[in-house]
Amino acid sequence: MDRVPKIRVRDLKKAFGDKVVLDGVNLDVWPEESVVVIGGSGVGKSVLIKCIIGILSPDEGTIEIDGRPITGLDAREMDNVRKRFGMLFQYAALFDSLKVWENVGFAHIQHSKMKEEQIRDISEEKLRMVGLPGIQDLMPSELSGGMRKRVGLARAIAIEPEIIFYDEPTTGLDPIRADTINDLIIELREELGVASITITHDMVSAYKIADRIAMLYRGKIISEGTPDEIRGSDNPYVQQFIHGKSQGPITDELGE
Amino acid sequence: MPNERSHSSINPLLALEWMGRRSLVYIEETGQGVILLSKVLRGILKRPFPIRLTMQQMEEIGFRSLPVVLITAVFTGAVLALQTYSGFKRFGAEGLVGTVVALSMTRELGPVLASIMVAGRVGSAMAAELGTMRVTEQIDALITLATDPVHYLVVPRFVASFIMLPFLVIFADLIGIIGGYVVAVSILGTSSTTYVNRTLQYLEFNDITVGLIKAAVFGMIIALVGCHMGFYTSGGAEGVGRATTRAVVGASILILISNYFLTALMF
Repeated sequence: MDRVPKIRVRDLKKAFGDKVVLDGVNLDVWPEESVVVIGGSGVGKSVLIKCIIGILSPDEGTIEIDGRPITGLDAREMDNVRKRFGMLFQYAALFDSLKVWENVGFAHIQHSKMKEEQIRDISEEKLRMVGLPGIQDLMPSELSGGMRKRVGLARAIAIEPEIIFYDEPTTGLDPIRADTINDLIIELREELGVASITITHDMVSAYKIADRIAMLYRGKIISEGTPDEIRGSDNPYVQQFIHGKSQGPITDELGE
Repeated sequence: MPNERSHSSINPLLALEWMGRRSLVYIEETGQGVILLSKVLRGILKRPFPIRLTMQQMEEIGFRSLPVVLITAVFTGAVLALQTYSGFKRFGAEGLVGTVVALSMTRELGPVLASIMVAGRVGSAMAAELGTMRVTEQIDALITLATDPVHYLVVPRFVASFIMLPFLVIFADLIGIIGGYVVAVSILGTSSTTYVNRTLQYLEFNDITVGLIKAAVFGMIIALVGCHMGFYTSGGAEGVGRATTRAVVGASILILISNYFLTALMF
């Protein structure tokens, strides 16, 4: 393939003190592709996303967006790159002090000269896309967990990003609400044509929304493939994880 | 006593290690604080300036702190009058009560006590709010929305605190002097004209302005420490609690220490 990947991560390393979290991660995400990164709690899935989006700076390695390296950009250049990203946080991370429409329209309020009316219209349109019309003037504290996530999603797509990051999009939701979120993620990709990286340990969700699944373990991607390939993988680590067994190589190594 | 000795003879190295580790923490925090300060100062120059957020903070820090500051000031002025009177009466200088109250309030007690009250009220709120935003990833969310969290969160608080503290102190000075007046005139029987004359005779404009400069510096300390503690919070709800406490204690101590040096420098 001589196409340029939307995101290319090479030899990414990140440690906190003595604790090595990412130990040479390689990952490509192609245009309009949905990549799901699976892995246990604390293997550094969130750290990977935070490095790409520039919340954390990696110790080593490169990250390219559309073939352009973004590691080492200054703050303003990085902000311009971020305007092409959207991110859904695990607990939505809505701004408590702002109304729903101000949350959804936050990037427009900060970065454009649009009138309040216009921003409200955009925010209403995005809220309708996630199935929550008419809640513009509520405060985040008045919303349920599932609604917060959908508002978070509306905020993530408000500036029409090219890449969306989903941090545990279904965690903490009941199976039906979780599936609604899965459907939304698929819909958004079809409608907006965005590439995405999702991190999750919910395999039902992973199989449903992924074009490709990559498993992160001990700071490296140890296996990647289509959902079917992952399902049929003979890698014992992958097998233990996707079937959620308490016995296997992962727990054996933890025990040592 | 024997207990204490045996304790220290067992663990002199441990005690040393503890002190060393604490010192490292303080040095690291001072460094972080200086870095944050430089980011804030650069952030103030960055356009567009967050006017609306700053106004909100000015209301919170200035207007809403007024009751607490005024109550503190009126009773401080009042007790100063009582104490000075009973001391000065011994050598027949009761007439100078007004002077002492006015000088103490404007030069020291107005700025210091008002700032410590505001540190308790506002510094803690800043640490709690920013700390909660940190642990619930709202600060990360700001970054992903291409918004500099220092510019959006810290600059308005810093500027508002810097501007409003001197205003609060003007009121504190005034109310403190009135508190002293009420006690001296209506309880201790000093004549009203003596009190007013002695106050105006010895109080210099400089006493007031130097107190206000102090207040502005203390305002910066309150906001910087409060925001710093909040900004670098980790460890969930417990971490937020810890950050809040440390914001108040840290700001109060820094206010008292810097007060000495500011006094030594300016008077």
